[in-house]
Amino acid sequence: MAAVESVTRSQSARRPGADAWEIYRQSPTAMLGLVLVLLISVLAIIGPLVYPVDPFEIIWAPMSAPGTTEHALLGTDYLGRDILAGLLVGAKATLIVGLTAAALTVIIGLVIGALAGFYLGMIDEILMRVTEFFQVLPPLLFAMVLVTMLSPSLWVVAVSIGVVSWPPTARLARAEFLRIRNLEYVTASRASGVRQGYIIWRVILPNALPPLIVSATLTIGTAILFEAGLSFLGLSDPNVMSWGLMIGSGREYMLDAWWIVTLPGVMIFFAVLGVSLVGDGLNDAFNPKLRRR
Amino acid sequence: MGLIWLIGKRLLYAVALITAVLVLNFSLLHLAPGDPADVIAGEMGGATAELLAEIRALYGLDKPFLVQLGLYLQRAYQGDLGMSFYYNLPVVDLILQRLPATMLLVFTALSFATVGGTVLGVLAARKPGGFTSSMVTLLSLVGYAAPIFWTGLMLIILFGVVIPIFPISGLYNVAKMATGLSRAVDIAHHLVLPSFTLGVVYLALYSRLTRASMLEVMQADYVRTARAKGARERTVYLRHALRNAILPVVTMAGLQFGSLISGAVLVETVFNWPGLGTLVFESVIARDYPTVLGVLFFSATLVIAANLVTDLVYRMIDPRIRLQD
Repeated sequence: MAAVESVTRSQSARRPGADAWEIYRQSPTAMLGLVLVLLISVLAIIGPLVYPVDPFEIIWAPMSAPGTTEHALLGTDYLGRDILAGLLVGAKATLIVGLTAAALTVIIGLVIGALAGFYLGMIDEILMRVTEFFQVLPPLLFAMVLVTMLSPSLWVVAVSIGVVSWPPTARLARAEFLRIRNLEYVTASRASGVRQGYIIWRVILPNALPPLIVSATLTIGTAILFEAGLSFLGLSDPNVMSWGLMIGSGREYMLDAWWIVTLPGVMIFFAVLGVSLVGDGLNDAFNPKLRRR
Repeated sequence: MGLIWLIGKRLLYAVALITAVLVLNFSLLHLAPGDPADVIAGEMGGATAELLAEIRALYGLDKPFLVQLGLYLQRAYQGDLGMSFYYNLPVVDLILQRLPATMLLVFTALSFATVGGTVLGVLAARKPGGFTSSMVTLLSLVGYAAPIFWTGLMLIILFGVVIPIFPISGLYNVAKMATGLSRAVDIAHHLVLPSFTLGVVYLALYSRLTRASMLEVMQADYVRTARAKGARERTVYLRHALRNAILPVVTMAGLQFGSLISGAVLVETVFNWPGLGTLVFESVIARDYPTVLGVLFFSATLVIAANLVTDLVYRMIDPRIRLQD
């Protein structure tokens, strides 16, 4: 008797996130993603403290291969700057711009999608036309135009990436709001006379969150790739070291010194891979029925 | 009748979208740092205040914003997107020179991605959890996470240094001065690495998409019916299942045309491919705003056209759509 009671109690007392974590934990790829993300974050945060070398300073002979000198563990670039220092310091710019841009993407997309899906009618019509308009502009090209016309600072890069990438998030948010807005608990809160703002953000949004969190995670990966692409083209701040900048500036020398472009690319690859594995893992955890598709 | 009406409606909407892009372009030009009159005067080697005023009047730069916008739209619809400061040529001419190379690259990559992705996806769906299936999952992860410009650079190191079998730069071999068929072969040879780089990202995505939708479709009642009536397995796969499973791929390919063009900008820069991507890159560096915005406008128009075509292709594959609208 007592045993049965305790089992039921322990089950009902579980927080909603606990089941999702249980599923997430069992997926080796999802855990690999989490490990990658944590590892790269740690590198970005404490790497430059443990290894305080200026990535712009010339420290050794140019184009020394990795492992050939103890002065630069991963070799030097075409000017003789330390590649390892570049990788560690560059992590910060890439990740900060990626995260900021992803946050902006989610906020713009969420607000537009939520308003369109909740109010419908004219508001929906207008917002969806705006969304379609933004989807017609090739994202990287549009971001290049914005960055060129404004100034090449990290903020401008982050905002530009956000401005060009929100439409898919808006469509997803709208679809979720459309689905949820007519469910019974929403009707009930309408009947109880609470404000519309409360219904949108406190009643519907929490229930629309799981797919939005998955898409936000994947958005971080895309934003990192965008940032890398813009810095590769030399359109980001030239005074801030980033992985894309290392690849872009070392490109002309890559046939003689493969490591200059290869190593930063490997970092971008693992960062994006980690984030997208986490996204896939969250997707499976939130939708156990759809697993293995 | 219905179809013509529908196409007309879509075309009208496309024109509205194109106009919106032009308005955006004009606003950006207006916001751009530097007065166009100053730029023109700079080209002429300096000018007095009177001459500046004259230039302003000549180009209508002294008129109110809305009047200037009207003039801009009128000129744009007559095929005039202004002059490039940097190349000293009409922007439209510049773009038309570079457009064929980009179209060649984008369509080769797209064909490679859709055909290859569908074949891989169908093969993977035959045995979920099998070798092909795992490869498709792996490929889609790698294809998404590797930055496209980096993939291109790695291929250049591999096929330019380690195994030099493909040319790594440009559209054709200038030294060869080949003509006719040998020129076509030369261009095709140069096309291999850039189109593979651009296409493999989408190939990865489409193979995963095809596999997922094949697995779903194979559970459908009409597939069971087809099997029950004794259709051969190959017929069931290709005629009954694939025709339905391919719909998401068509939608995706149409929706992603803009991102394909974005990818082409990076791939062209990496391989010195003389298309719109290198044009936009060069003019961004030179702050040649009319050219930059001209390319943005042309690419947006391409995306709008691609969306129209996707819509029509979708209707051809899926007759059920025709009944609606």
